[in-house]
Amino acid sequence: MADAAARVLIVDDNKVNRLLLSRNVQMQGHRAELAENGRAALEMLRREPFDLLLLDIEMPEMDGFAVLEQLKADPQLRDLPVIVTSSMEGLDSIVRCIELGAEDYLHKPVNPVLLKARIGASLEKKHLRDQQKELVRRFATSEVAQDLQQSGFALGGKRVHASVMFSDIRGFTALVESQSPEETIELLNSYYTLMFDAIRSHGGVVNQMVGDGLMALFGAPLPLDECAGSAVAAALEMIELIEQFNLERAATRKPAIRIGIGIATGDVVAGYTGTQQRATYTCIGDTVNLAARLEEHTKVARRAILIDTETKRALADRVRVETLGAVPLKGKSAAVEIFAVDIGRSG
Amino acid sequence: MHESVIDKAVYVELQETTGAEFVDELVDTFLEEATGMLAELRSARADNHADRFRRAAHSLKANSNTFGAMRLAALARELELKGLDAEPACDTAAIAALEVEYKRAAAALKDLRHG
Repeated sequence: MADAAARVLIVDDNKVNRLLLSRNVQMQGHRAELAENGRAALEMLRREPFDLLLLDIEMPEMDGFAVLEQLKADPQLRDLPVIVTSSMEGLDSIVRCIELGAEDYLHKPVNPVLLKARIGASLEKKHLRDQQKELVRRFATSEVAQDLQQSGFALGGKRVHASVMFSDIRGFTALVESQSPEETIELLNSYYTLMFDAIRSHGGVVNQMVGDGLMALFGAPLPLDECAGSAVAAALEMIELIEQFNLERAATRKPAIRIGIGIATGDVVAGYTGTQQRATYTCIGDTVNLAARLEEHTKVARRAILIDTETKRALADRVRVETLGAVPLKGKSAAVEIFAVDIGRSG
Repeated sequence: MHESVIDKAVYVELQETTGAEFVDELVDTFLEEATGMLAELRSARADNHADRFRRAAHSLKANSNTFGAMRLAALARELELKGLDAEPACDTAAIAALEVEYKRAAAALKDLRHG
């Protein structure tokens, strides 16, 4: 993909430099557009998409340093790879360019072989970044994507107050065995679409999907005023959407599905875990474990939504709950007080 | 003569990497633009405008390097690094020397272009 023709913007106040660079870029199979100074270049960059910027430093109107600063401050443009081509004297200016986010620095007159290698590397990196962004967008959420863009990628977490939700389909294994794989995939796609809708509309973020199960966060990566209330509201909407979905399924003589949801609230450590090569945004901590146990316990308790004490306390009296008492849960030394959220129907 | 006006190796490499015909056009562009750069250098000196002076010298240096006009590049670089002199006459003399060297380089480039 990185070999495909790219749109390269060349900014240089000197005509000979512009012509020469654009010749080099074109001979490498890319398309070159030209700008005579920083201001004109920024206007073009904000108007149309480019894959790479070849930037001169010494320019009237707006110099290359100012362009780099503006690009850095612009969320839309901060990821655009920039190769500085200049004949500035001294190491300081090179250091300053790199510090301002330039991908690379090539001294003029630019060696075409070096230029080709640098363009190739920059485009490859951009391609990977675009892919990553697309993945993040599709599988994480715009919130996580935004958080990544603003804070950059760093492993390690921060402590936040959040509600954690686990949800899965009851009797899913039996269901899978009773139908074709295609039907299962179709079912999962519809199921996830509905669940994502409900979770997103209440400010939650789905950060993990495994089989028929999902984990969602309310209050991370972005703080949420009423994370517990939002999580429970999302859970109630999920149940309601599944009810409607079951009506559709019944019309085609397909069996109804049931889901179980566990929600716990408290301090969690949220952040990117994994390695530099592969990482996911997630939360860890007791609250997460508790939410997972509560979800498992919905089978035993025969209730659709189970919540912990913290979540119930945050809800005050806005949602009707049933006290189920202290229950021993796997991995917990002491019995845990649990509550079932009234889903507004019997059974 | 310390060295030839145009470093042939640089010029030939430019032709090899971008095409002889393209280099011909590029030389024409340079000859058109360089007159402006020299004029800008003189006018920046007259206006006592350090930024413009440095930029004009910088441009001339960069382009001279591109074509292998090494001596011209060295003279332009001196002006770029030194900037405006406290004594205007110093710059005027340096610009005059630069113009002499430019004329030589321009003639050599024209020869190469038709050669």
